[in-house]
Amino acid sequence: MNDLLNDLSKHTCGCTLGGAESQDHGPGLEMLPIYRPSIKDEPCCGPPAGPPSNPFERPGYTLCGFVEGFVHTPAGPVPKIKTRLERSDRLGTLSVRLGYGRSNYKVAPGLYAVGQPDHDSPVLVTANYKLSFDHLRASLTEVNAWLLILDTRGINVWCAAGKGSFGTDELVQRVKQTQLDRVVRHRRLILPQLGATGVAGGRVKKECGFEVVWGPIRASDLSAFLSSGLKADGAMRRITFSLTERLVLVPVEITLLRKYLWRTLAAIAVISGIGPSIFSFGAAWQRGLLAVEATLTGIFAGCVLVPALLPWVPGRSFAIKGMLAGGFAGGALAAGLWGTPLLTRWSALALVLLTMALSSFLAMNFTGSTPFTSPSGVEKEMRRYMPVQALAALAAALIWVTSAFIGV
Amino acid sequence: MKTLRYLDNVVTLTLDASKCVGCAICTEVCPHGVLAMDHRKAQIVDRDGCMECGACAKNCPTEAITVTPGVGCASYIIQTWIKGKEKASCGGSGCC
Ligand code: SF4
Ligand code: SF4
Repeated sequence: MNDLLNDLSKHTCGCTLGGAESQDHGPGLEMLPIYRPSIKDEPCCGPPAGPPSNPFERPGYTLCGFVEGFVHTPAGPVPKIKTRLERSDRLGTLSVRLGYGRSNYKVAPGLYAVGQPDHDSPVLVTANYKLSFDHLRASLTEVNAWLLILDTRGINVWCAAGKGSFGTDELVQRVKQTQLDRVVRHRRLILPQLGATGVAGGRVKKECGFEVVWGPIRASDLSAFLSSGLKADGAMRRITFSLTERLVLVPVEITLLRKYLWRTLAAIAVISGIGPSIFSFGAAWQRGLLAVEATLTGIFAGCVLVPALLPWVPGRSFAIKGMLAGGFAGGALAAGLWGTPLLTRWSALALVLLTMALSSFLAMNFTGSTPFTSPSGVEKEMRRYMPVQALAALAAALIWVTSAFIGV
Repeated sequence: MKTLRYLDNVVTLTLDASKCVGCAICTEVCPHGVLAMDHRKAQIVDRDGCMECGACAKNCPTEAITVTPGVGCASYIIQTWIKGKEKASCGGSGCC
């Protein structure tokens, strides 16, 4: 754990720099070389000393771990970034993928350099979500380029373009602020194709003189795109939603449900405790556990089964896909628990209904994360199936309570 | 995306061929191959493949394309029903 904390702190304060000492000056003031008396690293008391401060460090600034030096340009020093991801980057990726710290995982917007760019090198534009930034630089190992990072408030290109923060105005302002026209001789910006939802290429040209070229959707196609003279083939222009692309979304979908945890448990306990003796804490616990299992099964069906098996679960509507997956998983649960004295025929029916309603709703929610569902379609299926889901949940609750009274 | 298809006959995409100047930008930005060029005019070739992202309309120089772009996200749509289009927000509610 200590190791992990250490690593995370390095990620923000960046003491991991090495080997760049003789290369360049840091930003701002030219500082005089520092005289380092040769002292022993080990102090006589207390914990061992940390590494010596990096020559690029300046009072009042922190140096990012992914910066390996600075490139001098007519518009001032530009940070040169590493194309190799480090352990701290990977840990950061892992934690946002699991749904932690997602809302503040960003890098400073502005201009960065990769490799040894000069005034003819291409300018690649992306969002300041650190995951997008890492993804991009990791795919540029053989490339010399400038990266123009827009302030999208730490949101990825696709979502930011939809909301307009990866937009024409921000791009134009950022080009002017970084004085890009003094850094490069050409007048071309390469944007990820998915940014087209927010950026009007024609307006960019009019307002800052730079022409927008639409690059491939995936960063992994960039070096092929650059070396083929900025030509994207059909496959580079088509969005995909592969099994891996779907599965990485699953943890976040589930962790977002955390906020409903206590409310759900309370509701389950209340409904499960009602019975012939008005309210029984024993029943609230024992029957409640069954209902919790059904709830978890519904979440599993809607948030894991449907995304994983998306192309194979029948139905176009996500609500239908969710209902089917929920029915299947709920049926499997009831079959597995069959013979438990508490699980009567009617209560089993209630549990399966609950699983179906929940799974259907959660699957419908997943449309927000897919790159092929039209808002008109989502609205249509919501109008049609939300009443069905609500009725199923209500029926599940009624049958569940009734079965406690009739005991079958 | 041929394996993953959403609902048919729902999208708001329209193309006015008389306004089209044949620049082909729309075919370049569309991530679903909905549009294609035919005799220097854009054409809708896979209407139901459209996800209403609005990239084509945003980048068409002559406004030949219209589409109601939006966020295809259930919690956002619920908010638009409750609070109206202006106040609804996506933030923190789970989409994207
Ligand atoms: S972007 Fe507009 S003008 Fe250009 S080809 Fe498409 S429809 Fe025609
Ligand atoms: S709205 Fe998006 S998906 Fe639909 S045609 Fe235009 S670019 Fe393609």
